[in-house]
Amino acid sequence: MSAPDPIIALRGVTKTFGQGATAFQAVKGVDLDIMAGDFVAVMGPSGSGKSTTMNILGCLDVPTGGEFRFKGHHVERLDRDQRALLRRRYLGFVFQGFNLLARTTALENVELPLLYRGEDKKTRADMGMAALDKVGLADWWDHTPAELSGGQQQRVAIARAIVTQPDVLLADEPTGNLDSERSVEIMDLLTDLNRTAGITVLMVTHEQDMADFAHTIIHFKDGLVDRTHATGRGQAA
Amino acid sequence: MILGTTIILAVREIRRHLLRSFLTILGIVIGVSAVVTMVTLGNGATAAVKQQISGLGANILQIRPGQGFGRGGGGPQPPDFKPADVDAIRTQIAGVKAVAPQASSSGIAVRNAANWSTTINGTTADYFTAQDWKLSAGRIFTPAEEQAGRAVCILGSTVVTNLFRQEEAVGQRFRIKDVSCQVIGTLATRGQGGFGNDQDDVVIMPIKAVQRRFTGNRDIRNIMVSVDEAYDTGTVQAATQKLLRERRNISGGKDDDFNIFDTKQIADTLQGTTQILTALLGAVAAVSLLVGGIGIMNIMLVSVTERTREIGIRLAIGAVASEVLLQFLVEAVALACLGGVIGLLLALIASVSLAPVLRVPFIFDLQINLLAFFFSALIGVVFGYFPARRAASLNPIDALRHE
Ligand SMILES: Nc1ncnc2c1ncn2[C@@H]1O[C@H](COP(=O)(O)OP(=O)(O)OP(=O)(O)O)[C@@H](O)[C@H]1O
Ligand SMILES: [Mg+2]
Repeated sequence: MSAPDPIIALRGVTKTFGQGATAFQAVKGVDLDIMAGDFVAVMGPSGSGKSTTMNILGCLDVPTGGEFRFKGHHVERLDRDQRALLRRRYLGFVFQGFNLLARTTALENVELPLLYRGEDKKTRADMGMAALDKVGLADWWDHTPAELSGGQQQRVAIARAIVTQPDVLLADEPTGNLDSERSVEIMDLLTDLNRTAGITVLMVTHEQDMADFAHTIIHFKDGLVDRTHATGRGQAA
Repeated sequence: MILGTTIILAVREIRRHLLRSFLTILGIVIGVSAVVTMVTLGNGATAAVKQQISGLGANILQIRPGQGFGRGGGGPQPPDFKPADVDAIRTQIAGVKAVAPQASSSGIAVRNAANWSTTINGTTADYFTAQDWKLSAGRIFTPAEEQAGRAVCILGSTVVTNLFRQEEAVGQRFRIKDVSCQVIGTLATRGQGGFGNDQDDVVIMPIKAVQRRFTGNRDIRNIMVSVDEAYDTGTVQAATQKLLRERRNISGGKDDDFNIFDTKQIADTLQGTTQILTALLGAVAAVSLLVGGIGIMNIMLVSVTERTREIGIRLAIGAVASEVLLQFLVEAVALACLGGVIGLLLALIASVSLAPVLRVPFIFDLQINLLAFFFSALIGVVFGYFPARRAASLNPIDALRHE
């Protein structure tokens, strides 16, 4: 069995903030391969560079040094707009703070990425409702974030992230603002998306219980990958 | 992303923040309505002045003794004109269509119980040609009546109303300064003159009748010359001036003791004045429009800061910088256009209701309306661009982290 190419490959990636005396290297040379269809949990102490790495993986930020290949594209060589187009086509984001547009209905929030893709009104509504249905909020489509609970808001955010059927879903502490019951619901949802839709999931978390849902756990320490291990769930699937 | 989508997004944003949108466009609304109202009313005033001036008659020279409007200060008073002067102008100057001498007096007209204080104007049939003044009934003087100085008269409509009410005036008699006078005609209504006087408050009689019965001499106070359209009034004026200087023995460097007044000159001056006034008011209003534009920029800048996280979300989701730029720009332009339209409507209401109060006609000026509208759109583009560029250049991570 020949090993398929990884969807994400980092080689000696560094990230330095600031310049001169105040320069601070948050990521110090990370090598990482992530296979399509994997479910990865990233753990590690605060300040160890998890979010910084996730931002690079999400094409939101560029590495200072090293190489980042996404589906074969050398992302470190792309400009701002080209990275935006990669995000639009292949990536979905879920944030700790939900980051929904205020005073905007759940459906309009979910439709937003489709607007930027130039989908027509009917396609937007159909796909938006399908995504909301997948996260179990079809009945709540016309509610604004202020009228939804934290768990519901995060599920709307997930619907927005998956409405474009992305290859990779990046979630930085998606359950950080939720109680454990709501957190488990979100993890079940991510697990289901990973299994049934084949979406590669990258998730940062501080909680071992949540990390245990993943197939692979990557531990960060002082801006480096400390160790990687499989949970065994991947093989079970 | 297609422009249509951007417009959807922009309109959604405007609708979601009605109060903010309203405050943003307030400056534009006030600016546009001020400019358009000022210019519309100014145009009305110009038209009103033009219309009143046309009442003075076109291409007419008014010749009076003395300098300026008065008869001059100290020294001997310059003499009035003689009938021979009138004939000389008529026969010796090229381009003269009609020459009407005038002698005037004033007195109280009485008929039965009605009496009315009015102006008596003695002249010839040429006066009606020069003034291009039509009769509403009856006829003008015959040469025989002019020659004999018969007490026949033609009445202005104000005098008719006050002496005869609804009755037919032509053929009736009345007394003015104890002279019994027969009405042979009535004049069409002219309205207010260029100086706010009532042109219809007049009794016109043959000049000889006025001279003999009222002024008691053969002097002519005023000569009205109507210039043929084919001739330049300036040339005719110069020729007339030369002729009169000779006839009045004014030699060499001595000043004229009479003045020739070109009504076209007054018309141009008055019209120029109202136009300058209109331009001035318009300019002041335009400044307020500019201030309105700065208001838009101000609020757009604030809203970029306020909406940083939203911009971060859009960028993270895959919006490219130009799309965010376009959205903010379209928002600004849409707001500015909305402000422009509301401003135009307000201006329409204001000018329609103010025009009668100021006694000027309401004249819809498409050009200034279009101009003001496009200018407000331009303001949207210009003042929306800088905040929009700022929004588009934000780093998505920083924007997302913004609280
Ligand atoms: N924009 C920035 N400018 C300067 N320093 C930064 C910036 N972003 C992150 N850092 C620093 O880089 C280091 C790594 O930050 P990062 O956010 O990646 O940590 P993390 O592992 O996500 O921590 P946490 O678990 O608290 O979220 C931290 O010391 C942080 O202060
Ligand atoms: Mg973090």
